[in-house]
Amino acid sequence: MIKILIFIVAYLVLAPLVGGLLAGFDRRISARMQGRVGPPLLQPFYDVLKLREKEDITVNRVQDFYVGCFFLFVLVTGGIFFAGGDLLLVIFTLTLASVFLIVAAFSSNSPYAQIGAERELLQMMAYEPMVLLTAVGFYVVEGSFDIRHIVTDSTMDLLPLIGIFLGYIFILTLKFRKSPFDLSMSHHAHQELVKGLTTEFSGKTLSLIEIAHWYENVFLLGFVFLFFANGTVWGAVIGVVVCLLAYFLEVFIDNSFARMKWQVAINSAWIVALVLGMINLFIVAMV
Amino acid sequence: MSYVTKSPWVIHYDGSSCNGCDIEVLACLTPMYDVERFGIINTGNPKHADVFLVTGSVNEQNKAVVKQIYEQMPDPKVVVAVGICANNGGIFKECYNILGGVDTVIPVDVYVPGCAARPEAIIDGVVKGLGVLQEKRNAMASGTAAAIPEPEPAANTEKEEA
Repeated sequence: MIKILIFIVAYLVLAPLVGGLLAGFDRRISARMQGRVGPPLLQPFYDVLKLREKEDITVNRVQDFYVGCFFLFVLVTGGIFFAGGDLLLVIFTLTLASVFLIVAAFSSNSPYAQIGAERELLQMMAYEPMVLLTAVGFYVVEGSFDIRHIVTDSTMDLLPLIGIFLGYIFILTLKFRKSPFDLSMSHHAHQELVKGLTTEFSGKTLSLIEIAHWYENVFLLGFVFLFFANGTVWGAVIGVVVCLLAYFLEVFIDNSFARMKWQVAINSAWIVALVLGMINLFIVAMV
Repeated sequence: MSYVTKSPWVIHYDGSSCNGCDIEVLACLTPMYDVERFGIINTGNPKHADVFLVTGSVNEQNKAVVKQIYEQMPDPKVVVAVGICANNGGIFKECYNILGGVDTVIPVDVYVPGCAARPEAIIDGVVKGLGVLQEKRNAMASGTAAAIPEPEPAANTEKEEA
């Protein structure tokens, strides 16, 4: 019990630090890839702290409530994940959190935010099947949705679930809102859709969204970790290294692709889910 | 020390500029000048911006637009007029539709002269604007009026050169 509490508190305290640092590395590495020097490593923290110093401008009162719920449910999702809870519950709470962000964007009545929200819904449609297949894959191999069981069990799930692993890495691009599929919030071209989902958010509200994304990114990488955890130190070390490599890969993809249309996002994500995910599941189920 | 000066997000608006200054503003973002070193990001959204870069003079048609962008930006905010047209109307000053510099519509904090303003000058102007941003932030925090030094309109020096 105490161990679970420690894990939850550690997540709540450390995840924004790790997530912010990862975002800082992302911006620096991106800059190097483009032949620039790039901002300081702590720039994401400066950005968030600055946003907290800005004047509060909200379109309507309910919008801050929804963003608050988004933040809260991202924390709850991560909490359940790091407490070793149920994998399906984690996925469903994460979906709920995303829905709150979309509703917040819709509530502002701004055309840009609404188009962004619609695109975010499309993105959810694109990645959700693969995320669910990931959970199903773990269940088929481990016989349990219980994250604590998956982490402590002595089998490394990467080999039996290699197709699902690759599929999950593919949809990470969508979840991280990285370049070929940064449809709803335009990660790099800040002009596109006037930043879509977040058009009407500013100051503290925007900073909350930013921090929520750091939390989100950390436990999305936690999923990658699950494929390698086998209850030993080496499994954990390999897991963390692969998490960092996966993040670097996403940054690399981000910098080498232009934005694609939403049709490509949905088609490719579903094809990947069907081909890699389903075939993997069939093979595991048969063997 | 507050963080407003560490991550100034910029919004750029082209008044009735000839595009000379606009290209120089965008040049600041290229690997050559790389303003992201200072945490500067070019946003397209006034609600996310701290620094308002205006190029070109203000005319009857874009007067309302400039005003609206300025009003949509959350405090503390700084306006930097880039190029001689944004400073006082430049060579378009006598045109029937031109109101003059940006300061005829919204308060300007930093004037960056030049035709076109060089990227170095623009970066210098933004960095100078950060000092003003800091003052405004302090004033916001303490609830008093900001002690901002009056910016010297750069228009005069430009005329002497001409």
